Amino acid sequence: MTAQEYAFIVVALIGSVSAIAVVTARNVVHAALYLVLTLASVGVTFLLLGAEFIGWVQILIYVGAIVILFLFGLMLTKAPIGRDALDYQNRIVGAVVGALMFVGLASLIVRAWPVSGTPVPGSTPNDSAVLGSALFRNYVLPFEVVSFLLLAALIGAIVIARKDEGN
Amino acid sequence: MVGALLAEEGASAAAAGSNWFVHHAYVITLLPFLSGALTLFFGKRTPGKGPVYGILAIGAGLVLSLGVLFSFVGGGGNYEQNVSWFTIGPLHMQLGFYVDGLTAVMLIVVTSISLMVHIYSLGYMKGDVRYTWFFFVLSIFTAGMLDVVLASNLFQLLVGWEIMGVCSYLLIGHWYEDPANSGAAIKAFVTTRIGDVPFMFGIFALIFATGMTTSNIQVISHIVAGGHVSTMLITVAALLLFGGTIGKSAQFPLYVWLPDAMAGPTPVSALIHAATMVAAGVYLVARTFQVFVSANPVALHVVAIVGAITLLMAALLALVQNDIKKVLAYSTISQLAYMVAALGMGEAGYPAAVFHLFTHAFFKALLFLGAGSVIHAAHSNDMKDMGGLRKHMPVTYVTFMIGALALAGVPPLAGFFSKDEIILAAKDQHTYWLAIVLLGGAILTAFYTTRMVLKTFFGEYRGHEHLHESPSVMTAPLMILAAVTCVVGLLGFAPLGAPFMDWVYFGAAPEHAVFSPLVALISVVAVGIGLFWGYRVYHEYREPDPIVRLGRFTTILEHKYYLDDFYWERIVRPVRDPIAAGVYWFNQHILDGVVNGASWVTMRGSRGISWFDRTVIDGVVNGAGWSMELFGKGLRTIQTGRVQWYAVGLFAGVIALAIIFVRT
Amino acid sequence: MVRLPFVLLFSAFLFSTGIYGVLARRNAVMVLMAIELLLNAVNVNLVAFASQLHDITGQVFALFVIAVAAAEVGIGLAIVILLFRNRATIDVDEVDLLKW
Repeated sequence: MTAQEYAFIVVALIGSVSAIAVVTARNVVHAALYLVLTLASVGVTFLLLGAEFIGWVQILIYVGAIVILFLFGLMLTKAPIGRDALDYQNRIVGAVVGALMFVGLASLIVRAWPVSGTPVPGSTPNDSAVLGSALFRNYVLPFEVVSFLLLAALIGAIVIARKDEGN
Repeated sequence: MVGALLAEEGASAAAAGSNWFVHHAYVITLLPFLSGALTLFFGKRTPGKGPVYGILAIGAGLVLSLGVLFSFVGGGGNYEQNVSWFTIGPLHMQLGFYVDGLTAVMLIVVTSISLMVHIYSLGYMKGDVRYTWFFFVLSIFTAGMLDVVLASNLFQLLVGWEIMGVCSYLLIGHWYEDPANSGAAIKAFVTTRIGDVPFMFGIFALIFATGMTTSNIQVISHIVAGGHVSTMLITVAALLLFGGTIGKSAQFPLYVWLPDAMAGPTPVSALIHAATMVAAGVYLVARTFQVFVSANPVALHVVAIVGAITLLMAALLALVQNDIKKVLAYSTISQLAYMVAALGMGEAGYPAAVFHLFTHAFFKALLFLGAGSVIHAAHSNDMKDMGGLRKHMPVTYVTFMIGALALAGVPPLAGFFSKDEIILAAKDQHTYWLAIVLLGGAILTAFYTTRMVLKTFFGEYRGHEHLHESPSVMTAPLMILAAVTCVVGLLGFAPLGAPFMDWVYFGAAPEHAVFSPLVALISVVAVGIGLFWGYRVYHEYREPDPIVRLGRFTTILEHKYYLDDFYWERIVRPVRDPIAAGVYWFNQHILDGVVNGASWVTMRGSRGISWFDRTVIDGVVNGAGWSMELFGKGLRTIQTGRVQWYAVGLFAGVIALAIIFVRT
Repeated sequence: MVRLPFVLLFSAFLFSTGIYGVLARRNAVMVLMAIELLLNAVNVNLVAFASQLHDITGQVFALFVIAVAAAEVGIGLAIVILLFRNRATIDVDEVDLLKW
């Protein structure tokens, strides 16, 4: 058990609890704030795994932009600032499905990579440099496509959400 | 003598060929059956609508009969041919025909008169509602009579006998729209039936006498003559057979149907009730004569007495009739009685009886057809509406006159010779009482004949119709029959050889005919008395008929000795009424009950079935639809329209698949 | 650094929670948030493997996922706003026009 592992366990716990809070919070704004916490812990996880660039990008984009977007969305759709009743019927089914999903995945994971059998990975120096060169050399095409996708999303969002001009 | 020589010479050449006619005599019977069937099925399509087949068939039959007669003229022998039909135990049933002189002359009678009636009916029945049917029944009737004449065994004879009875019924009731006609037809049928019962028992008795083996007439005659059969049995059989004759030939006490049978069309009266069917009874006795001869003499006595009684009764009844056909009907009964009485005299009377049958057929048919011509013109049967017709209908008048003279017995016409023979036989047998009866009958015959002729053809016409002579299709047969009547009597005239007696005889060989001038003279005198007396009474005829001067006697005669009333009250009503009531009850309660019950059951059944159909079958069908609807309603709940619900399904499915993949 | 099973378990937990959120939440925006959880879980997975196997491809893909997630959230919220405008509600249970 390395030090990172202990740190990771703590972060993971925080992240898990806040994830649960996201999906069970009665107040939707609270849920959004819990989402911030979850996303942040994920970012810290990335850092602990040695992926600095991804970690900071995660925090920058997710926490900084997407959650703000969510908050805007909540405001614009007049989300009830207060209690939000859950669908009781779906709740049980959803819980069952989620539980099943976790149990299945966990059993798979534990069987495939037993704790004792898996070696501790070493750190990766120059992570950002390596990522950048890979991104712009080997994966430049997907990179361009993704940028195109972002453009489309941008235009699409504006088109969808604008007011009807009545033409 | 001359006649016999001529006959022999001319016919010996023909004899060789005419044997063919004898051997194939059965064809004569089959032809009218065939023509009857053709008329029934195809008659309406032939031009003229019916008679052509009958005329052709009977014309051919006449030719064949002449051929048969020639064979006998040439001295040919008797012939018999039988075909075995079936056997029950010892009883052997056959079909066959027997030809001898008696058969030959009967064939001539039947075919020639049937042919004349067919031709006459072309005119008389023109426009009739059942024209084709009429000729069909005529053909079948002729076939039946021919079967009687040609039959070799008694059962076959009985078949033809009954066929004639049915056809007589159908023809008397031809115009059945009038219930009086159908009543007369039923009376005829039932009365002859009463005679048929003893007839059948007589047949059985004779079969018994043969040891239950056969009904063949020649065999029976042979056995009966042999002398080994009990006389009692033979006598009983003879009397029973005679019962059939009493019915069919209208002798006392079963003659009551014949006058009523005049309700039928006149050609029918001419054929059936003058010449053929009624002669069948006489023929029967002649054919089975051996039985009568071998029986106790009382049998023949009974025959003679019945004949004598009938003779006088009928002749008296003819005196008071105003309907011209009824006069002729009673005259027929009387003349048949002559034949029966002659047969009652035994072997000596046999040829005389048959000769009288032969000649009577021709002139009686002539008289009936002439009466038909008169009725056709005057539109009435009653002589009250006639008179003075000789000026308007000359041909009818002349031919009728010839027939009337023959009937009365005026020489040289047929009736004289035949009656004369009978009287002669009576004298020879020393049965003088019978001879006196016969002479008395001759006087009466002449009297009523004169009455009839004077009332019809002389004096002034008392009716209102427009009179004209009948068409030639009706007068031609009259002329032919008149010619025959003139000639045929000579066949039995002894001084001319009497060839008739060579053909028809009983026993081993023909008797030589003897001519007795004394008897002939007495006959002529009797006839003359009758004619003169009739002329005296009727030549200045005015209503009312002089016969009523006899007062109460006339009343008795007009009521026909109250015999018909007696039969009706004492026999018919007591039998018919209870049966009718019983049958009606049965029909109403039992038969109708069955029918109504069947309908009730059906109604109930149908109600039950309709319930079943509505509840069960429709229930199944509706239930199928309803259950489908239910199923659909259940399935619909899956379509919530909510995305999360679909997502649940999706993920659940993924998990399941994953588990499956992992496990396997 | 950190051994694989721990990270994978964390990722699995996040994923399951996201599933629950997607299925159980009535507010459409909440559903989108839960979808973000799912995507993040995937990212954690990718990076974990990249770390373990010393292959940078995992990180590259994680980057792409982040980009796509951002685009998707933008579009998603635009749709939700439009939905809100037309129906005056963003309760997914009330958006059931495809119900039978």
